[in-house]
Amino acid sequence: MSWAGLFAVWAGSLALVAMALAVTRPNVVHALIWVVAGLLSLAAGFFALGAGFAGAVQILIYAGAIIAVFVFVVMTIDSGPEAIARERGWLGTGWKLPLALVVLVLAPAVFGLAATAGPGAPTPVSPVALGATLFGPWAVAVEAASAMLIAALLGARHLARRERAP
Amino acid sequence: MIDLPFFLVASLVLAVGLFAVGLFGLMLRRGILFQIIALEIMLTGPALAFVAAGAHHGDPGGQGMFVFVLVLAASEVALGLALYLRLGRLADVADSDSVRTLRH
Repeated sequence: MSWAGLFAVWAGSLALVAMALAVTRPNVVHALIWVVAGLLSLAAGFFALGAGFAGAVQILIYAGAIIAVFVFVVMTIDSGPEAIARERGWLGTGWKLPLALVVLVLAPAVFGLAATAGPGAPTPVSPVALGATLFGPWAVAVEAASAMLIAALLGARHLARRERAP
Repeated sequence: MIDLPFFLVASLVLAVGLFAVGLFGLMLRRGILFQIIALEIMLTGPALAFVAAGAHHGDPGGQGMFVFVLVLAASEVALGLALYLRLGRLADVADSDSVRTLRH
């Protein structure tokens, strides 16, 4: 058992708690702040797992850029007291069926308890090795991902465009 | 029983937990913005599983798949939020139940 692995598990548990708080907040700004907290703890876990590039990208792009897009959208909507009260009303009803389905999803995770904890520490993977993989054997997949990003960019621009005056 | 390191087993269980929390939020919420946030949370579960498996095997493929998950999340957020803004501007709706027939 390694200290880095233990720290990664601790950070991941914090992320799980923060995410569980995020999906149950009636105020969208509070939910976003909890999402940022969860993403940052997950990034700490990635660093502890020896995945430094994944941790840095998680902070810069996930908690930075993607959440910034959310913040821009939140600025355009009204989140006054009546909107929060409406969300609270929706939260109070209809949580039993989702919870039952989620327990079904979680059930296979119980098998994790049966696994015997053997020795082993996370192996660090350098960004050099990652780049050699991404731009060597995975080059076609990277090109496909970039094509998807371009398609998403054009689609978002097309959808968000204002109508021209007739 | 297979002898797996503790950090890998715990990380995979946490990944399932993150996915389940996101799924719970997706089904619990009616506001479209909250549902997009829950979809983001669902995507972090597989991301953690990929990174943990890559750390176990010492394979850069785990982080490579994490990069692809990130690209998927970014494009999903861009399109989802554009659709959300469009829907709010055209029909003034913010909850998904009122647009389930895609008419208004």
